[in-house]
Amino acid sequence: MIIDLKKFMKEEKPRWAELEKLLDRMESNPDDKLDLATVQRFYYLYQRASSDLAKLSTFSFDRETKRHLESLVARSFGEIHETREKAHRLSPINWFFVTLPQTFRRQIKAFWVSLLITCLGVGLGTIAIIVDYDSKSVIMPFSHLQGAPSERVAKEETSVPDDKMPGGMATFSSYLMTHNIKVSIYTMALGMTYGIGTILMLFYNGIILGAVGADYILDGQAVFLFGWLLPHGSVEIPSILLAGQAGFMLAGALIGWKNKALTVRGRLREISSDLVTIVIGLAIFLVWAGIIESFFSQFHAPVLPYSLKIALGSIQLLLLILFLTFSGREKKTKEA
Amino acid sequence: MLKNTRNILTLTTPEGISFSFPLAGPVIRMFAWLIDIIVIVGILSIIGTVLSLAGFLGSDFLNAIFLIVFFAISFGYGMVFEWFMRGQTIGKRVMRIRVMDEQGLKLKFSQVAIRNLLRLVDIMPGLYLVGGVTSLVNSNSQRLGDIAASTVVIRYYRVSEPDFDQIVGGKFNSLREYPHLAARLRQKVSPREAGIALSSLMRRDSLEPDERVNLFGEIAQHFKTKVDFPQEAIDGISDEQYIRNVVDVLFRTRVGSVA
Repeated sequence: MIIDLKKFMKEEKPRWAELEKLLDRMESNPDDKLDLATVQRFYYLYQRASSDLAKLSTFSFDRETKRHLESLVARSFGEIHETREKAHRLSPINWFFVTLPQTFRRQIKAFWVSLLITCLGVGLGTIAIIVDYDSKSVIMPFSHLQGAPSERVAKEETSVPDDKMPGGMATFSSYLMTHNIKVSIYTMALGMTYGIGTILMLFYNGIILGAVGADYILDGQAVFLFGWLLPHGSVEIPSILLAGQAGFMLAGALIGWKNKALTVRGRLREISSDLVTIVIGLAIFLVWAGIIESFFSQFHAPVLPYSLKIALGSIQLLLLILFLTFSGREKKTKEA
Repeated sequence: MLKNTRNILTLTTPEGISFSFPLAGPVIRMFAWLIDIIVIVGILSIIGTVLSLAGFLGSDFLNAIFLIVFFAISFGYGMVFEWFMRGQTIGKRVMRIRVMDEQGLKLKFSQVAIRNLLRLVDIMPGLYLVGGVTSLVNSNSQRLGDIAASTVVIRYYRVSEPDFDQIVGGKFNSLREYPHLAARLRQKVSPREAGIALSSLMRRDSLEPDERVNLFGEIAQHFKTKVDFPQEAIDGISDEQYIRNVVDVLFRTRVGSVA
């Protein structure tokens, strides 16, 4: 049996048009709340379109009409069966002070793994410099770190910061921001290698950090080191750890550490919002770190006393820890 | 429920209704990406020109702005367009492909963001090698970013209503002179065969003249084996007109019942 397609379309088209109009309305205004009668009408139209699609698939083979109906049914299906939390109206302040720290704490285990891997790297870098100082040229492929720290300190303390930054401070600052964000996204994205890529990135980063630290401390330049690193490092290093956290969240979802009952697809869906929250959060931190590194960290004594730089860096680190630990916590209500 | 058969993603609703989407392969996606690259380069060139006119702001400041804009557009282009254009960038729109949730649900911003962030891994070590190989071996043609974001890229077509009047309306149909044979034709022809006849008429203007004659000749031959109409009903009409008459018989059961 083949249906009379023209008659069928003439009868059904007004309902398809009504359904399409409703879908357009819902898709363009996600916050718009439909009244009960409209919801009932929408469900009726969806069922009717589904039934038309089934009829068309069985009794006709008109591809164009079938595709049109398929797209309507697919869009309606998405609206009706979507159970994930709907997007709210964007509230940046609430997102930053509540959503971001809450997300960080919800995924804290991945952060600890990230911190552990970095610490292992720092340990290895430190040991490598202590045991075999010549390994410095292999571990630190940066020309400005190859010489003796005391020589660099003497040079830094007599030069004007603007002279040593190619292109000027603003260019240097934006270079640092974009470069560090890119490296962080790599660290996160490499979580798709079941975490191996993320481990390598964090571990290598830790090795460099440990080697630089050991090199400066052994040369008696600990004060310069902390004065140079703390102002921006107190935000930059935690940001890289957050990138590692995001990477391990991805890896965890692939491996199934947390919820073995769900499929890989289900686990990836579950973490997607948290993942994006962490990445946007760390990008904001890295923008700040880039500004500080370019406009503050590069000024040394006698222009800026090391005590001031160390104090500001330490306060910043403390504030960041407090922010991530306590911000957005719901007050506990006293139980009766 | 989702099922994949030879590059077709089929979703089945709890009501038991199935709908399918043809998946976009790596080649068509690469063309879309190349178009997007051209668009990005164009946008950056315009911004570069505008910034160069603002030389009084100083080269340091302008370089800094350009670096940030370059970074933001490289990463944000896909996210912004796919989010605001319902899964499409300009390249995807030109190539008629679209990003959608792999379960047919609404595309969320986090999904758009993740698939675009993971592009960094997909393009490694160059020319989308990781992403290309992954999408070739993946049953849903997903690159790593799509797997992480639970998205697929589908092909879609412009949906136009069939214009029956233009195809069959208002013309004499010699086959209708034999209602019992016309009824037998309707009984013997499957929906799939009817669809092929209809599609060939809908697309006849896009065929080369020789191809058009050959195609309608083959289809007419097939339908002539279904029901044997008397010679006077088919004498003097072209194969294309014969198919036109067949479609009229199949899809319009009662002439004049609907205007």
